[in-house]
Amino acid sequence: MTQPVLELREITKDYDGNRVLKGVSLVVRPGTIHAVVGENGAGKSTLMNVLFGMPVIRETGGYGGQVVLDGREVSFAAPIEAMAAGIGMVHQEFMLIPGFTVAENIKLNREPTIPNLLSRIAGPALETLDVPAMRRDARAALDRVGLAVDEWLPMAGLPVGHMQFVEIAREVDKKKVRLLIFDEPTAVLTESEATQLLSVMRSLAAEGMGLLFITHRLDEVLAVADEITVLRDGEVAARLEPRRTTVGQIAELMVGRPAAVVKPGGAAARAAGPPALAITDLAVEMPGERVLGVSLTVEKGEVLGIAGLAGQGKIGIANGLMGLYPARGSVAKDGKPLALNDPRAAIRAGLAFVSEDRRGVGILPDESIELNIVLTALEAQNRFLRPGPIGPLRLLDRGAARRHALEMIRALDIRCRGPRQQVRRLSGGNQQKVCLARAMTLDPDTLLVSEPTRGIDVGAKERVLEILRGLNRERGMTLVVTSSELAELRAICDRIAIVYHGRIEAVLPPDASDESFGLAMAGELHGAEAARG
Amino acid sequence: MNTQTPQPSGPAPRAGAPGPARGLGTPGPARGPVAPRRTLRGALSHAAVPMLFALMCVLGIIAAHIGPGFLIRELLSRFARNAVLVTSLLIPILAGLGLNFGIVVGAMAGQVAAILVTYWKIGGIAGFALACLIAAPLAVLFGLGTGALFNRSKGREMVTGLIAGFFANGLYQLLFLFGVGSLIPWHDKSMLLPQGFGLRNTVDLFGIQYALDDLIKVSVPIDGSPVRVPVVTFGCIALVCGFNLFFQRTRLGQELRAMGQDPHVASTAGIRVDRNRVIATVLSTVFAAWGQLFFLQNLGTLNTYSSHEQVGMFAIAALLVSGATVSRATVGQALLGTLLFHTLFVVSPLAGKALLGDAQIGEYFRVFVAYAVITVALVLHAWQKARRDRAG
Amino acid sequence: MAEAPARPDDGGAGAAGAVREYLREIGIPRLLIGVFLVALFGVAFATKMDIPGLATDCILRIARNGILVLALLPAIQGGVGLNFGLPIGIICGLIGCVITLDLSIGGWLGLGLSALIGALLAAPVGMAYGWLLNRTRGQEMMVGTYLGFAVVSGMSSFWTIAPFHNPLLVWAIAGKGLRTTLTITGIWDKLLDQLGQFTLAGVTVPTGSLALFALACVMVGLFFRTRAGLTISAARSNPRFARAAGISDERTRVQATTFSTVLAAIGIVVFCQSYGFVQLYTAPLLMAFPAVACLLIGGASVSRATLTHVVIGTVLFQSILTVALPVTSQVIAGDFSETARLIIQNGMILYALTRRGDR
Repeated sequence: MTQPVLELREITKDYDGNRVLKGVSLVVRPGTIHAVVGENGAGKSTLMNVLFGMPVIRETGGYGGQVVLDGREVSFAAPIEAMAAGIGMVHQEFMLIPGFTVAENIKLNREPTIPNLLSRIAGPALETLDVPAMRRDARAALDRVGLAVDEWLPMAGLPVGHMQFVEIAREVDKKKVRLLIFDEPTAVLTESEATQLLSVMRSLAAEGMGLLFITHRLDEVLAVADEITVLRDGEVAARLEPRRTTVGQIAELMVGRPAAVVKPGGAAARAAGPPALAITDLAVEMPGERVLGVSLTVEKGEVLGIAGLAGQGKIGIANGLMGLYPARGSVAKDGKPLALNDPRAAIRAGLAFVSEDRRGVGILPDESIELNIVLTALEAQNRFLRPGPIGPLRLLDRGAARRHALEMIRALDIRCRGPRQQVRRLSGGNQQKVCLARAMTLDPDTLLVSEPTRGIDVGAKERVLEILRGLNRERGMTLVVTSSELAELRAICDRIAIVYHGRIEAVLPPDASDESFGLAMAGELHGAEAARG
Repeated sequence: MNTQTPQPSGPAPRAGAPGPARGLGTPGPARGPVAPRRTLRGALSHAAVPMLFALMCVLGIIAAHIGPGFLIRELLSRFARNAVLVTSLLIPILAGLGLNFGIVVGAMAGQVAAILVTYWKIGGIAGFALACLIAAPLAVLFGLGTGALFNRSKGREMVTGLIAGFFANGLYQLLFLFGVGSLIPWHDKSMLLPQGFGLRNTVDLFGIQYALDDLIKVSVPIDGSPVRVPVVTFGCIALVCGFNLFFQRTRLGQELRAMGQDPHVASTAGIRVDRNRVIATVLSTVFAAWGQLFFLQNLGTLNTYSSHEQVGMFAIAALLVSGATVSRATVGQALLGTLLFHTLFVVSPLAGKALLGDAQIGEYFRVFVAYAVITVALVLHAWQKARRDRAG
Repeated sequence: MAEAPARPDDGGAGAAGAVREYLREIGIPRLLIGVFLVALFGVAFATKMDIPGLATDCILRIARNGILVLALLPAIQGGVGLNFGLPIGIICGLIGCVITLDLSIGGWLGLGLSALIGALLAAPVGMAYGWLLNRTRGQEMMVGTYLGFAVVSGMSSFWTIAPFHNPLLVWAIAGKGLRTTLTITGIWDKLLDQLGQFTLAGVTVPTGSLALFALACVMVGLFFRTRAGLTISAARSNPRFARAAGISDERTRVQATTFSTVLAAIGIVVFCQSYGFVQLYTAPLLMAFPAVACLLIGGASVSRATLTHVVIGTVLFQSILTVALPVTSQVIAGDFSETARLIIQNGMILYALTRRGDR
C-alpha cells in the first residue's frame, strides 16, 4: 500500500477545559479524495486549524496527537510553514486581491523575477518582476483547472465561480503541493460550476495528489469522495465508503445522538384563539443563513423547535421576526399583523429574543449585570425610570433596577459577585442566563431563543433547559427554540420544524425516528416518502 | 475593463485546452462584484478635481493680471522646491498606509543635516551632497520609529502620523532651543541666540543655496528678463520619479501593492506585512528628508523652528489636488498636483488683493483650500471604505 | 463628584492585589505627570516662589479650561472617539461672542446670550458634523481634525469680510475686518470668575467659573444616567445589542457629537470670559489637542472616559502648564513651558493612539 500523504493520529484539542476534539484520526492517500463532513461545531474547523498551524491553536495551549505528512511528523507554528511543507488550501473565503490580475493573484509572493542593477546592490527584493514568465506559469495552472479566461484580466470583473477556480489554480501552481484542502468550495458555485469543480478535483487526484474535502453538501460527497469521515462532537462518528451509504444515513450520523433528556409530561395547556405566530412566506436576508420562504404556525403555549443543518436558514427565522435582518413576507402575532424590520415593534407586540450570537448581540460586555437585564425594557417600555417631565431625560431608577436584578439573579441562579459585576467577567453559561433574564424582563408572551446552550458547560446547559421548560409550563409562555442540537430540541419541544434550503422541509414530532430527522435535514424526506408511498 | 468583451489581449480562449474541463472560461455575464469600469463618466469624475483647480488658477491669473514671466519664474522654483516632498508620499499610499503625515519627521532629519553642514561651513555641491548623506541614516532611524508607531496603531496611521509630527517637533525644539550650546558644545556663536544657547530662529544657508539649482546654469529669457531653469534639480526629480516607477515593478513593490489592497490576503500569501509597512515608512521618510533639503537649498534660509511644520500639510494637499486619493496616487499625479497647487499658492493672494483689495484674505483662502482639500479627500476615502465594509 | 455611568466592579481582591490594581488603574503616564507636577512645586517651594500665587493661577486655568475638556466626554461615550473636531463647536461659541459684542450687549446678559447663541448654532452644526462622522466611520479622528482645521481657516477668511461694524471689533484703520483679538474688559470679562470670589491663605478662588465647571460635570454625569444617556452608552458599548433593542446607533452617535459640540461652544465662552479676550482667526486651530491631552492624562483611553478622568486630567495638565513656565524660567532662560507642553501633550496622545488592545 502506498504511503499516505497525510495521517492524523488521535488529535485532541481543548479550549478552556472544553474538549472540542476527542481523538480524531484519519488518513489521506495519494490519488484519493477524502471527505470530512459534520455539523457546525463538530470540530471540522478546529481540526483544520490544527493541521494548518493557525496561531489560535498555539495560543490556547496547543493540541494532542500527531500530524504526519508524507511519513514525517510535523507541527506547524504558522500557516506559512504548512504551505511551505506542501499543503495547499482552497479557502472558504476567497484569498484573492480584486485589483490584481488573475496571473498576479496566482503568482502572489512567488513571482518569478529578473535581477537588475539596483537589486545587485540592495538585494533580491528589488528584482524586477518577470511578467512573461508570470503569465506563462499562470496560464499552465489555469489550463490544469480548466479555466480558459485570460490570465491578465483583473480579478474584480470575474464571476464568483471563476474566482474559486483561480484559487485552485494558485494552489496547483505551487510545485511542492502534495495535499490539497478544499474547505466548502462549492458554497458559492452554480450547479454547473460545482459539477465542473468536482471533475477538476477528480483529475487532480488522478495526478497523484491527496485531497481533503470539507463540505456540507452530502450529495457531492457521495459523487466524488473515495472515503468519508463523519465528525460529531469532536469524535469520528463513522468512516464510510460512498458506494455503501446514502445521504440520509450520513445526515443521521451527523446529527443523531441518543436523546439525553426525555421530555417529562405535556406542555402547558394550549390557549384558545388565534395562533401566537402565523408566518407566511417569510424571507430573510441574513448572510450565511438566508431564509427563502418559510410558512409556519406557532400555537399559543407550545414549544416549537427549529432544526436544520448549518447554513440552511434556521437561524435566520428568529432574526428576521425580530427585525435584525431585512425580512419580507407576512407575519401575524395573535391574529394582528406584525410590522417587519422594526425591532421595537416586535418587542411591543410581546416578542422577546435571546440571540444565537451571545457576545455579539446578547450582552453589553462592559456594563453591569443589572444594566444588561433592565436596558431593553427601559428602552422599549420606559420601565425602571423615575418620573420626569421629558421622556428621554427621565433618570434611571437605580433602586428598582437593583431589586429586579437581584430577583433575576436568584430566580435564574446567576453565579456572580453581585448585580454590579461586569457581564464580560461571567462564564458563558451565566452570560446566557443574563440574556434570558433580559428577555424575561420584557414580559413577553412569546420568547424566541436561538442556540440556548451553545458554548456553555454541561451543568449550565441543564439549568438553561430547565428554565425554558419552566417558563413554558409555569408562565404559559410560547417558546420558539432554534438549535443545532437536535437532542435538546427533542427533549423540550412539542413539535420540531426542520429547515432545509431556506424553507420548512418537515414538521416532526420529537419522538420521530432518527432516520426521519436525518432525511429531513438532508432535504430528502419528501423524496423518500414519495418512493415509499 | 469590460468583462463582456473577452480577452482584450493575450491568447484567445482555449477551446481545446488540456485538462479535465471545458466550457468554463468565456467570461459570461458577471455575477459577482464588478470592478469600477473606466467609462467616460468615470474619467471625467476622476479629472474633475484637477480641472476645478486648473479653472480656479486660470480665473485667478486673469483676475490678478499676472504676467507669464512672473508666473513661470515663480512656478519653476516652487516646483523644483516641492516636487520631491510630494513624491515622498507615494510609497506609503501604495502600501496601504494612507497619507503619510509623518513626513514632517523626515523633513526634520533634512534640517538637522542642513544645520550641521552650515555649522561645519561646508558649502556648494559638496555641502549639499554631504547633507543628503547625513540626512539619510537619520531619516532611516526616524522612519523605523514612525513605522513602529504605525504598526501599533493600525487603522489610524494618519492621525498617528500627524501627532507623531507634533511630538517630534517638541523633541526637535528641546534639542535646538535648549540643548544646542548648553549640553551640546557649539562653537559658532553667531548661530546662537543672544542668551548663549539655542539656535537662532533663522539659519542662513548661503553655503548650499542654489548648490544644485545652479550646478549647470541655464537661463531662458521670458518677457525680456532671464528666468533661471534649475536643470540639475529637475534631473534629480526625474531620478526620484524614475525610482518610484521602477519600484512598482519590483518584487517588493508588488508586495506593497498587494498589502495596500488587502493586508489579510497578503499575509496569508506569506508576505511579511508589518515589516514591509516599516520599509515603506522608512523609504518615505528618507525621500522626505531629501525633499526638504531640495526645498532649503532653493530657499536659502531655514526657519529653524517652523520650516518643517507645514511640510506635511502642503505636500499632502498638493498631491490630492491632482485627484489622487488616500489609497491611490501615481507619479504623474504627484507632479501635476505640485504644479496646480503651487500655481494656486502664487495666485491666490494676488487675486485676493485684486478682487477684494486685501492680500490677507487670499492667504487665509489658500490655507483654507489646503485644509479643505485634505478634508474632502479624507471624507471621500472614509465614506467609500465604510460603504465597502457595510457591503461585506 | 458624580461618577460617570457604571464603573466596573471588580470586587475585592487581596490587599497586595488591590494596590497593584490601584496602580494599574492610575496608569504610568498619570503617575509620571503627577510626580513631575509635585517636583515642579517642590522646586517652586525650594526657590521660595510665590506658592499661593501659583496655586491661584492653577485654579484659574482649571476653571477656565474645564468645560472644554468635559466637552470631549460625550463623544467618547457615544463611540465617536476623541473629538479632534472640537474647534467646530468653538467657532460657534466665538460667533456667539462676536454677535453680542457687535450689538454692545454687556454684563450677564451679554455673557449668557453669547453662550446661548453659541449653543443654538452648535446644535445644528453638531448634527451635521455627527452625520458626516457616521458616513466616515473608522476615520472619525482624522476627519474631525481636518474638518476642524478647514472650518477654522475658512472662518479666518470670513472674519476679514464679516459684516460687523462696531469700532471696538474692527480694525481701526481699515474700518472693516475683525481684529485678531477682541478685548472684552468691562463688557463681560471675569463675570463668572469674580462671582463669589474669595481669597484663602493667599489663594484666590474663581468661585463662579469653578462652580459652573462642577455643575456642568454633574449635569453630564446625570445625563448619562437618563434614558437618553444610557441609550447612547449602550449603543457605543455594543451597537448590535442596541439595534436588537430598537436603538439606532447612528442616531445616538449624532446625539453624542451634537452634545459635544454644544458643550465646546459654551466652553469657549466661559474660557473667553475668564481670559478677558476673544481670540479669532487661527487661535482655535489647535485648541482640541490640549483638551484631548487633558482627558488622556486623566486616565481616559480612546474608547473609554469618565468624569473622574476629566477632572483629574484637567487639574494635572493645566497645573503643569501653569507652573512649568515660572518655575523653569528660574533655571533655564527662554520659554521652556511651550516645549514641555508640546512633548507632554502630543506624547500623551501618541501613547493613547498606540496602546495595544484599545480599539
